[in-house]
Amino acid sequence: MSEFLQLTVYGLANGAVLALAALGFVLIYKATSVINFSQGEFLLIGGYLFYTAFVLFGLPWTLAVVVGVIAAALLGVVIERLVLRPLIGEEPIAVIMVTIGLAAVLRSLVQMFYGTTPREMPDVLPSGSVDVAGASVPLDRLTAIGVAAVVLTAFSAFFRWSRHGIAMRAVADDQQAALAQGIPVQRIFAMAWAMAAVSALIGGLLLADITEVSQNLIGFGLIVFPVVILGGLDSVPGTIVGGLTIGLISQYAEGFSPGASQVVPYVALVLILLVRPYGLFGQVRIERV
Amino acid sequence: MAATATGIYHTSYASELRLRHTNAEKLRLWLALAGLVALPWLVNPYWLGIVNTIGIAVIGAVGLNILVGFTGQISLGQGGFLAVGAFTSALLSGRAGLPVPLSVLAAVLVTAGIGAFFGLPALRLKGLYLAIATLASQEIILFVVRRWDWLTAGQGFLDVDRLTIFGWKIPRVSFEFTWYWVIAGVAVLAVIAARNLFRCALGRSFMAVRDQDIAASAIGVDLTRTKLMAFAVSSGYVGLAGALTAHYTETVTWERFTLTVSIQYLAMIIVGGLGSVAGAVYGATFVMLLPPLLAELADLLRPGMPFLADQLPAVQVAAFGLAIMLFLLFEPRGLNRIWQRAKDYVRFWPFRY
Repeated sequence: MSEFLQLTVYGLANGAVLALAALGFVLIYKATSVINFSQGEFLLIGGYLFYTAFVLFGLPWTLAVVVGVIAAALLGVVIERLVLRPLIGEEPIAVIMVTIGLAAVLRSLVQMFYGTTPREMPDVLPSGSVDVAGASVPLDRLTAIGVAAVVLTAFSAFFRWSRHGIAMRAVADDQQAALAQGIPVQRIFAMAWAMAAVSALIGGLLLADITEVSQNLIGFGLIVFPVVILGGLDSVPGTIVGGLTIGLISQYAEGFSPGASQVVPYVALVLILLVRPYGLFGQVRIERV
Repeated sequence: MAATATGIYHTSYASELRLRHTNAEKLRLWLALAGLVALPWLVNPYWLGIVNTIGIAVIGAVGLNILVGFTGQISLGQGGFLAVGAFTSALLSGRAGLPVPLSVLAAVLVTAGIGAFFGLPALRLKGLYLAIATLASQEIILFVVRRWDWLTAGQGFLDVDRLTIFGWKIPRVSFEFTWYWVIAGVAVLAVIAARNLFRCALGRSFMAVRDQDIAASAIGVDLTRTKLMAFAVSSGYVGLAGALTAHYTETVTWERFTLTVSIQYLAMIIVGGLGSVAGAVYGATFVMLLPPLLAELADLLRPGMPFLADQLPAVQVAAFGLAIMLFLLFEPRGLNRIWQRAKDYVRFWPFRY
């Protein structure tokens, strides 16, 4: 029972971070219908940006977060302007491959500047653990769940009530209609990338704190796909449900047979695609053959 | 004789179906063949080894282009299919004692079958969704290969015996040289087969599905059969490349078939030109030559720019990513298009067009 509880907490914590990573992915897909294969690299860059501000520049962590957020947002805008905008309206393969190329460039830049050795970062999240029903639950993971919950709620609220959020939804719905309403679609695209980079920064920060700052953060980028397919490619609440479900499933699978967490999400992904390709909350807009 | 190419006029269907129409094309073909024959005497064994890996990559890239470029089905599962081909051939020749040509043939057939199976999602999914589904097939195949102890008898990798040709074991000294002829021969056959595939009904139906699948089915193309055939044919090529990799490198490990490899092959056909057999050849050459050429360059610049040599692995990855991005942004139709434009420029000079 205690092992079950432990797996549950680990699964929820991983799921919360996954949801954050998936949020960036969904933001981009929703507004610009681009599948971003460099989401893992965004997490990586996010982790290293915070590490740079916090450890190398020695800023207090609150200020480091602010610096990181600004840097990530700038990066997102620059990438959108230089790489993605020329490809608007191109075939899916071109857009997919350009994000894959971008991923390679981002990854190698991080490697050039920081090397391949993992960096230790002093804990920001509280360390130690509490005993719940016989299982020791690490505090940093609990906090990670909390932070992710706050961020995800904030983004959901942003989409529900803020002017810009509504504009983004309008662009996602129909670009021409949005243009006719006077919504600056190009600025919305840039904003989507900036916000995706920021959410990846928070995800990367949490991951870096739980584990360490290293190239392994990229691995989380691929596992985003099962999450978003389950939740629906264009659904913000879907990322939460999808992230938590995939996080839990893979932790339980890991408890059942070590190593299984590497494949179970993808099996789930194939099953979802065959049964319900638009996911739990996605719009039924998929082009069938 | 400068005005030979004012136009190509066909007087019969047979002449239109011909692969090469002008004397210049025939001359270039003979020159290329002569180059291929002369090559092993012109380069040292290190570069000949790189040429051999290029040859294998050409086969795989042509196969992937059949699926992605000609049929329009995005696949990120290339690495997994390479693994299937490599392991099948290695196991059949090593453990079952089959002669290598037969085991390679079996690898082609097995990979084609498995490719068709993993192509099943393509019957319901398109574009982005299909890309994600094939990503899953890549991860699943690789997981099976990694965790199935029986495959490697628990040691994590497979040893493959040195290739013997009619009882003659390739000696160490002429290893690359002998392999060059094997690989070049197979690669040339593969390229010719692919060129001819698109002159027959099956290949034409692939292109019809790519251009407009609904219109294709309206003119009587069986979508299910065509898509599965595209996956099977493409995977057969990839299986061949995988099997050759196994026998050429003499070890089979799963590390050689990760998602990175799938991406590398996609990069080849993007850089070379989607939907063109020649493009796959150019792209495979470009992508496989890039890292060793960068290594040479870094070595050359070491005194002035030690940074390049120190960071070589990262620089190679960055150059790879940059190449993909720059081609997509500035020449989405790849090296093949650049080559065509160069030819046009020469042909029409001094006029612009």
